[in-house]
Amino acid sequence: MGEAGTVRLPLIQGGKTLAQVTLDVLAPMERRPGLLWWIAFAGALGLLALGAAAVSYQVATGIGTWGLNNTVGWAFDITNFVFWIGIGHAGTLISAILFLFRQRWRTSVNRSAEAMTLFAVMCAGIFPLIHMGRPWMGFWVFPYPNDRGPLWMNFRSPLAWDAFAISTYFIISATFWYIGLIPDLATIRDRSRAGPRRAVFSLLSLGWDGSYRTWQRYETVYTLLAGLATPLVVSVHTIVSWDFATSVIPGWHATIFPPYFVAGAIFSGMAMVLTLMIIARKAMNLEHYITHRHVDVMCKLILLTSGIVSLAYGTEFFMAQYSGNSYEQFVFLNRAMGPMAWSYWTMVSCNVLAPQFLWFKRVRSSLPAVFVITIFINIGMWFERFVIIVTSLHRDYLPSSWASYTPSPIEVATLLGSFGLFFTLFLLFCRLLPVIAIAEVKGVLQHGHPSGGGQPRHEEGSHQE
Amino acid sequence: MTRRVMVGIFADEQQVMQATRAVRKQGLRIMDVYAPYAVHGLDEAMGLPPSRLPWVCFALGLSGAALKVWFEYWTTSVDWPVNVGGKPWDSLPAFVPITFEVMVLFAGLSTVFAFLLVSRLYPGKTAVIADRGTTNDRFALVIEEADAAFDPQTIKRLLETYGAVEVFERAEETAV
Repeated sequence: MGEAGTVRLPLIQGGKTLAQVTLDVLAPMERRPGLLWWIAFAGALGLLALGAAAVSYQVATGIGTWGLNNTVGWAFDITNFVFWIGIGHAGTLISAILFLFRQRWRTSVNRSAEAMTLFAVMCAGIFPLIHMGRPWMGFWVFPYPNDRGPLWMNFRSPLAWDAFAISTYFIISATFWYIGLIPDLATIRDRSRAGPRRAVFSLLSLGWDGSYRTWQRYETVYTLLAGLATPLVVSVHTIVSWDFATSVIPGWHATIFPPYFVAGAIFSGMAMVLTLMIIARKAMNLEHYITHRHVDVMCKLILLTSGIVSLAYGTEFFMAQYSGNSYEQFVFLNRAMGPMAWSYWTMVSCNVLAPQFLWFKRVRSSLPAVFVITIFINIGMWFERFVIIVTSLHRDYLPSSWASYTPSPIEVATLLGSFGLFFTLFLLFCRLLPVIAIAEVKGVLQHGHPSGGGQPRHEEGSHQE
Repeated sequence: MTRRVMVGIFADEQQVMQATRAVRKQGLRIMDVYAPYAVHGLDEAMGLPPSRLPWVCFALGLSGAALKVWFEYWTTSVDWPVNVGGKPWDSLPAFVPITFEVMVLFAGLSTVFAFLLVSRLYPGKTAVIADRGTTNDRFALVIEEADAAFDPQTIKRLLETYGAVEVFERAEETAV
């Protein structure tokens, strides 16, 4: 591909030079945090402390502290688990899938989206662990030679698949993220004066020297990891949906679940990425890097995934009525008109109706409007999981066992605590590591600048995309 | 043992790319090019063969998957068969999800370890950098002064015609 600068808009604004990119991205790390950061950090830490207290209490007392009953055996914990896993998926979409599709705008947001993935998976992992009741026995989900026979685990169980899927997802995402960080860690190392900071970044950057022989292999590894992470992310939420779909509960036992869950995951994750980016670009003066164009493109992805999710809502409702199975028919009518109808309609308004405003360019270019819509989607996608889990369970086959569900304060505190953990980690990440992939942004700097974006270019070469 | 190298520092990716092509055309040995980001097309300018890491990924991914299928079969139908809802001992379709996850894990981690190994990247390694700017905004083209026929002055002029901001000679330890 030759020069296509005339038809392409620049990805990075402000005619930055290479050195300026380094300065701009590292500036927030190299100055003292502002008052706003401290306020946000204190708030996040407070929520984390609340969550830690709640978790300690329920682990010490038992999960009888939750609002569950014999009928509703899964509720808040699994809702939160699926919600957080879903949030994580947008990070992988941006870092891996968009990389394979050569969507080079991703370079401005992939680092923070991947960080978001890691933190969200950590938050998600907490819930099944607590749900075990004895979290210190958590390693029982993996096959290891034990003195009980050895009695191996049941590899036919979707819950076992889940344990493998989530662990693999976390390990591969963390590796992908770290590999992406190495060149930037070396940049920080070479900028710092001798001292503890340089020592730490020296250790972490593994002696990276920018050799092109290494760069070539690095690119190969990056592509391979992206190729592996793409089916991985689809498999993870597919397996999460099988936790439900392989059961015989009406409203869960549906073949639509895997694609429905994967689309929902990316939908919710994109909303969370935008929520974070809109704040971060302002707070960290990165407006030239995370531009209106990025917001616009991500809004369109939200619109697309919202469409898929809406179609899935309609399909599952229609199929339930069309199936001739009275239990299926009942579950869906009960969702829309039963005692928990409020949660169903919250879900529909937030996930189907709210994103429709994004069809308008004026809405997409207004950051406050986009911010509000993403908050609605975050809420709506949490409710989607709540609706799927609780409304399917609370009125099952036998009317005599029908029950309702109200979360206990402990469960609410645990949910708040998971947000505390997420934001604590994210705020620390913003302070300690470059939030934008410096080396990747440098590679797209000349994108859309026929003259070379502030860089002198003497000859028109065969600059490859 | 030491050897002498010539280092040309550039400020632009197009310049270093063209200088690399020209130097290679002269038949000189390019030791390496140091860059702050992956400059696309430089591998072809340097004449680097494609990386063989995909083979590591393929082989180890396949081994991981094979190992996992065998392990699941062995545990559930040989070592201690447990009747779960009357399902067959060798429930191969039910083994697919974990096999896939383990394949991804093996393929991903082995590729990364192989990469770190062949690129000699490890914690505690001291980076020998051609120029401090190569992790910021400079590109360094390092040429080996292989034999007596190497004329530093000519090469220096050649690099300068391609816009080198600085050219210097340096002695380098060869034992890596």
